Amino acid sequence: MSAPLLSVDGLTLAIKSSGREVVKSVGFTVSRGEIVGIVGESGSGKTLAARAVMGFVPPAVKRLAGSIRFDGEEITTMAPRRLRAVRGSKVGMVFQEPMTSLNPSMTIGRQLEEGLALHRELDAEGRRALILDMLRRVGLSDPEGALDAFPHQFSGGMRQRIMLASVMLLKPALLLADEPTTALDAVVQRDVMELMVELTRENGTAVLLISHDLGMVARYCSRIVVMSQGEVVEQGESADILARPQHPYTRMLLAAMPKRGEPRDLPPVGTPIVAVRDLVVDYPGRQRFFRKSAPKRALHGISLAVQPGEVVAVVGGSGSGKTTLGQAIAGLVPASGGEILFEGKPIFKSDGAYWDYRLNCQMVFQDPYSSLDPRMTIGQLVAEPLRLVPGIGPAERQARLAEVLAEVGLGQGFAERYPHELSGGQRQRVAIARAVVRRPSFVIADEPVSALDVTVRAQVLALFAELQRRHGFSCLFISHDLGVVEQVADRVIVMSEGRIVEEGRRDQIFDAPSHPYTRKLLSAVPALESTADGGVRLFWRLGDPALEQDSGAEPRPA
Amino acid sequence: MRLPPLNALIGGGLIGTLCVVAAVGAVWTPYDPLRLSFRHKLAPPSQLHWLGTDEFGRDVLSRLMAGAATSVWISILTVTLAVLLGTLIGLFSGYIRGWFDRIVMAFNDALLAFPGILLALGLLAVVGANKYGIILALGIAYAPSVARIVRGTVLSLREKEFIAASRVMGNSEGYTMARHILPNCIAPLTVLATSMFGYVLLAESSLSFLGLGVPPPAPTWGNMLAGSRAYIGQAMWLGIFPGLCISLTLLGINLLGDAVRDRLDPRMRGSR
Repeated sequence: MSAPLLSVDGLTLAIKSSGREVVKSVGFTVSRGEIVGIVGESGSGKTLAARAVMGFVPPAVKRLAGSIRFDGEEITTMAPRRLRAVRGSKVGMVFQEPMTSLNPSMTIGRQLEEGLALHRELDAEGRRALILDMLRRVGLSDPEGALDAFPHQFSGGMRQRIMLASVMLLKPALLLADEPTTALDAVVQRDVMELMVELTRENGTAVLLISHDLGMVARYCSRIVVMSQGEVVEQGESADILARPQHPYTRMLLAAMPKRGEPRDLPPVGTPIVAVRDLVVDYPGRQRFFRKSAPKRALHGISLAVQPGEVVAVVGGSGSGKTTLGQAIAGLVPASGGEILFEGKPIFKSDGAYWDYRLNCQMVFQDPYSSLDPRMTIGQLVAEPLRLVPGIGPAERQARLAEVLAEVGLGQGFAERYPHELSGGQRQRVAIARAVVRRPSFVIADEPVSALDVTVRAQVLALFAELQRRHGFSCLFISHDLGVVEQVADRVIVMSEGRIVEEGRRDQIFDAPSHPYTRKLLSAVPALESTADGGVRLFWRLGDPALEQDSGAEPRPA
Repeated sequence: MRLPPLNALIGGGLIGTLCVVAAVGAVWTPYDPLRLSFRHKLAPPSQLHWLGTDEFGRDVLSRLMAGAATSVWISILTVTLAVLLGTLIGLFSGYIRGWFDRIVMAFNDALLAFPGILLALGLLAVVGANKYGIILALGIAYAPSVARIVRGTVLSLREKEFIAASRVMGNSEGYTMARHILPNCIAPLTVLATSMFGYVLLAESSLSFLGLGVPPPAPTWGNMLAGSRAYIGQAMWLGIFPGLCISLTLLGINLLGDAVRDRLDPRMRGSR
């Protein structure tokens, strides 16, 4: 094997002001045409380490030691002028957030032309031809039209394709992809990843893929570097790492990946705790001065029922209406048609039924940073729902607060603290405490763990399951993450474009999906199975012939 | 013990001094601020008259002390009125949205398009030029900008998940507004209110300059500054000292405002 394309050796980065080392003596190599993944949770230093390769280190951080050699040249001592020539033309980068990585005030054509004009000697005609070719290659249906279009006219997945096109136009030797598909939903994620793999393979480009998603990295990368708290804890062939993890942290990461839960005995079907009949939600059209554009229908007559003690998961891609469904059931968006029944009584018919429902239905939101009022202490936040419960005095309120804080694993000491002093996982625990403090019989959880790190996610899910078991509330669990759904749900509802396309017991949906959309969703995410020696085995549901050989995954035995 | 932040120290010091001066000025001044003495007219600062005398021989220091109470009182009441009025409008407009918001904001924008002073002049013509007229006129003139800011803040707040959480809890709209929306508007409001305090001090001077302020001979910093213009060549102390008072007050208010905002924001606590 010839010299690697990129070799990072003993790289140490520290915060200038405090001297704290955020990347400690990190070393890895990337060979030509190889796909290497860096996996780690937030704060592991994976992004910093990868960006240092391009010489992009934030001003507050300085390099203490180490070398980065790219294509035989030392990056760390390179003159800025030479570094600029390497960036873009030899090393390309795709960022996480497709919404902000393209300049919203420039047409796609001009943005794509920028790099070409800078790094290649071509006339306008030649550039245009290259760009059109590339846009066609990444799957845009109308490349000519796209040249004059602006980024906001494209969806997130399309923008990420355009971003990929703009980077690959220059045929770089190395592509840095920093969480390139984290902001996309599962189906689109798979398409974009596969496009990236194909494109880079065609051009012999090596890829350094940075991600928190071990499953995805294992699927596409030949080698994996696992980072934790600034250090490389383990690196090696993907298949080895998955099957025989050596370091405890890697084992913990693998153990934290969602796996199918034990099937539970469900209570016999009786009066559902919450039933929804023909629910229709319209979003009002945009208001102009004198006329209104036509309203947009978000839900087309949804019917579902949740039995007492049952966890029903709603899955679907972005725009499927799953969040709207949750909000409509919680009463946050008005329904234009249909009815919601709580314990068999329609809630909009009488005030009594409505209040009964209001006190018994709670919600956990996705973003733990925006769901807690920043000006209230944790104690105030968690105790707030008790204000409206009849017959709870101050003493009892304090007792309940202490009890619930203990239940969610936060001590009494947290009651005086403010949300900004807490980590994301702790905040989500607060949000869960707030939802269960009234002892509700029905909880709606809208993507409760998708903003959390893998290991924190596993803890929060375990907490949620424990609370659910102890208090027996029913739950409508809304998520785009099939792994999580497989772990927690008793029953699954698959939604697409405002309609329910399939509904059934979890095992039935995951093992024998009947609707094409469900099959598409399932084929987009790898599944995991624990092995006896602490590792996991990765397999593709419904088979996936294209990538199995390279990624070390095997088709699932029949 | 830890020292309070520097901006609180300086701001608090300046405003504290001002309050003492205003309080003392209300009951005692070195000379009667209204007594004319043509023998001593336009006297430069001396041991007798520390800050000199004006064109009628009135003691400048006495007039500044007596005027402090009037000027500051007018400014405080005006800012309070504008903030209350503007917050109320902005809060309801931003929270209720719909037609109410559109009509109120159209009206609000029309008022904003008017120069504040011009609006105040018009209102003063109706209510009459006296202390309370000025407060009412300036308060109404400055309310629209408060309403704009508050409405913007409310619009971004009401989409936050904690507002949705409050509604899911079953809290009434009024409670949600009072408990969750209003407290989160405080940071922009303190910044706005402190900078407005300065504008109002100046606006009061401008109105006095146009002869629509607090009627003479009662001293305010504004009409003292306005009156000094004719003598700027002969007796520059006439203009410098009221101007200095206004500037120092503004500085103090702004520093104190920053300190108060930081203090009220739980995110800033314990981070220093």
